[in-house]
Amino acid sequence: MALKSINLSIPAGKTTILLGQSGSGKSTLIRIINGLIQPDGGGTVLFEGLPLTRQNALALRHKMGYVIQEGGLFPHLTAYQNIALMAGYLGWATDRIDKRVTELAQLTQLPLDMLSRFPAQLSGGQRQRVSLMRALVLDPDLLLLDEPLGALDPMIRSELQTDLKDIFQTLGKTVVIVTHDIGEAGFLGDLIVLLRDGQIVQQGNLAELVQTPAVPFVTQFINAQRSPLEALTGNS
Amino acid sequence: MKKNSWFILVCFMMTHTTLLAADTNLTVKIGSKIHTESVILGELMTHLVNHAGVKAIHRGELGGTQVLWKALKRGDIDIYPEYTGTMTRELFAGSGLKTLDDIRGRLLQDNILMTNPLGFNNTYAISMKKAVAAKYGIRKLSDLRHYPFLKFGFGESFMARNDGWQSLRQIYQLPQTDVRGLHHDLAYQGLNQGAIDVVDAYSTDGEVAYYDLQVLEDDLQHFPKYYSVFIYRADLQERLPQVIKALQELEGKISEAEMTKMNARAKLDKVPENQVAADFLAEKLALKVEIPEDSLWSRLYQLTIEHLILVSISLFAAILVSIPLGILAFKSRRLGQIILGIVGMIQTIPSLAILVFMIPLLGIGNFPAIAALFLYSLLPIVRNTYLGLHDISPQLRESAQALGLPPMARLRLIELPLSYRSIFAGIKTSAIINIGTATLGALIGAGGYGQPILTGIRLDDVGLILQGAIPAAVLALLVQGLFELAERWIVPKGLQVKSR
Repeated sequence: MALKSINLSIPAGKTTILLGQSGSGKSTLIRIINGLIQPDGGGTVLFEGLPLTRQNALALRHKMGYVIQEGGLFPHLTAYQNIALMAGYLGWATDRIDKRVTELAQLTQLPLDMLSRFPAQLSGGQRQRVSLMRALVLDPDLLLLDEPLGALDPMIRSELQTDLKDIFQTLGKTVVIVTHDIGEAGFLGDLIVLLRDGQIVQQGNLAELVQTPAVPFVTQFINAQRSPLEALTGNS
Repeated sequence: MKKNSWFILVCFMMTHTTLLAADTNLTVKIGSKIHTESVILGELMTHLVNHAGVKAIHRGELGGTQVLWKALKRGDIDIYPEYTGTMTRELFAGSGLKTLDDIRGRLLQDNILMTNPLGFNNTYAISMKKAVAAKYGIRKLSDLRHYPFLKFGFGESFMARNDGWQSLRQIYQLPQTDVRGLHHDLAYQGLNQGAIDVVDAYSTDGEVAYYDLQVLEDDLQHFPKYYSVFIYRADLQERLPQVIKALQELEGKISEAEMTKMNARAKLDKVPENQVAADFLAEKLALKVEIPEDSLWSRLYQLTIEHLILVSISLFAAILVSIPLGILAFKSRRLGQIILGIVGMIQTIPSLAILVFMIPLLGIGNFPAIAALFLYSLLPIVRNTYLGLHDISPQLRESAQALGLPPMARLRLIELPLSYRSIFAGIKTSAIINIGTATLGALIGAGGYGQPILTGIRLDDVGLILQGAIPAAVLALLVQGLFELAERWIVPKGLQVKSR
C-alpha cells in the first residue's frame, strides 16, 4: 500500500496504535519504521534523532523489537533458541542469556518447561508470548507489534490483551501496535492513529475519536465494529 | 559429530583411490576391446607379463578401436591387441598402407611399436545359416546381389567402419535395404531365430561352427587380412624390455583353428577367459600359470569398492559444488536462470554420450567416469537447494530480517536449516541416479557393478548380468535407507515434530 504524506511522531514511553482497515497502509508504515521498507518518495524516519538508512538499519533494529502476526517463530529452533538467537549472535555469555530468558519468561508468564519446545508444539497464545520474549531479549527502546493478536481465538486474545497491557506498563517502553480492532486499540493505546488510504485521518485517544471525529469516516469506522452485544444491552 | 563423519568418509575415499593407482613405472597396463577374442588376447598378455615378473593390469572390454587407440596414445594403457586390417582400413584409412612395414612406419609417428603377427587372420566372414544359403544356392558374396529381400544384421562397428557395410555394399553392388545395426553378440541370436538372414561374423568366432553357418566367399577380395598383432607405446620398450620379449613368444604361435577354439570355449562353454588363456599357454609354450582363485564374494567385494569409489567421490564433489550454486541461483535471479539452465542442459545429454565425451579430455578409467557422474549429480541438488530457499515463507524471511541479522548470518542460521529437508531430498535423488548411472562407468574402464553386466551382455550370460544388476539395486536400496536414517539426524528436529 502506498503511503501519502505522513508526518507522525511517536511519543516515548507510551503505546501508540496504528489503526485502520486492511489496505490503509498501517503495515507499510510499521515496516518503514524499522527499515524493512525504504520510503521511496524520499521520506525519512528519525529514530532517537538519527535518520534511519539502509546502512544503519541492521544495527538500529537491535534497538527495535519486532513481533509479527503469528509470531514468525523459526520452526527449526526451540522456543529458547528463538528467544536467544540474537543475543547468541551478538556473543552474549550463556549464563547472561539464561538469566535474561528466565526473566522474560516471568514477565510474559510463559511456563519454563515450554522453552524447550518447538513452535509447532506450542499453542497460539504461547507462541505470541515467545515471540514477544524474542523481541524483548536485547532490551530494545522501541517495541513494534504487527497484528500481534490477529490469529488468536477470542478467549486467548482477551487474556493476552490484558497481559500485554500489564507488560507494557511494567516496562514503560515506547510501543507501536498495528491493528484493525478498535477495541484492542482503545484498551491498549495511549495514542490512536487512524489511517485511511495511506494518510492519517485523525490522532488522539479513543474518547477524542468517538466524541470529536475529524471526518465522518472516523465514526463510520468505529460504528462498524460495535459489537452486536452492545446493541442488545442498550449500552450505545 | 557431523564434521567427523564427513572427514572419515573423505579419508576412506582417498585411501582407496591411492590403493588403485598403482606405481605406473613398474606395471604394464593392458587394454582390450569389447569382443571376446580381444579379451582372451589381453589375458594371454597378462599371464605372460606376470610370468616375466612384472605386474600387469588388464583393463578389459574398454570399447571399440577408437577408444583403445586414444587410450594408448594418451598412455592410459601401454599395449593392446589390434588387427592389421583395422589399422589399414580404419585407423589410418586413406593413407594407402599395404605392408606390415608401412603400418610400422605410420605407428612410429605416434611413438607406437608393433609386434609381428601372432598367426591367425580374423577377417570378416559374412555368414548365413547353412539351410537358408542352400535354399537359395548362395555361396559367394556376389550371389547376394540376386536376393534383395534378405535381411542383414551387422554389428554397430561394422555399420560405422570405413571397411564395413558401406564399402561392402559398393564393391558388391548389394541391393538390400533391410539392414540394421545391433550388438555383434546379439546378431547370432537374431540369425538363429530367423529375424536376420545375414550377419557379419568374425572368421575366428566360435559361433560359426556352433550355429553351423555358411561363410560366404569374399570373391572380389574386398576384406583385407586382419592379422592379430600387439601394438604398444615406445616407452614400454625402454622401461620394461623383458615384457616385450616375453610377449614376442606368441608371435606366429596362434593358428586360426586354435583361436577359434579358444573363442568357442570362452563364449560357448563359458570358461573364464583367463583360464582359456592359461590352458593355451600351458599347451603351447609349456608355461605354468597360476590362476588366482577368485570367489564370488571377493569379486563382489572388489566391484563394490570400485562402485562406491565412483559414487562417493562424484556425489561428494557434487554436493560441495551444488549447494553453493543453488544458493547463488537463489540470491541472484539472473545468475539463477543461467545456472539452472546449464545444469538442466547437462542432464539432458545421454549418459553414454557424456562418458564418451570425457575420453579425449580425461582419458579412461576412474577419473572421466567420476567427472561424468559428478555432472549428472548436479541438477537434483542445485534445484532442491534453490527450491528449498525459495519456498521459505515471506513471514519467516521478514522475521529474520527484522531481528537485525545480516544476510550471511540469515543464510547460515535460518534459511539453510529451513531448507535442509529439500536439499537432502535432492542429495538422495542424486545418489540413486548416480548408483544406477555408475554401472556405465565400466564402458570406459572404471570397473564397478557395470563390469559383470558388460561381460554378461558380451557372453550372453544372464547370471553374470545379474551379478552386477542385483548388487546395484541392493546398493541403491541400502543408500536410500541410510539417507532416510541420516535425514532424521540432519534435518532439524523442529521441522520433524507434529504440530499440536
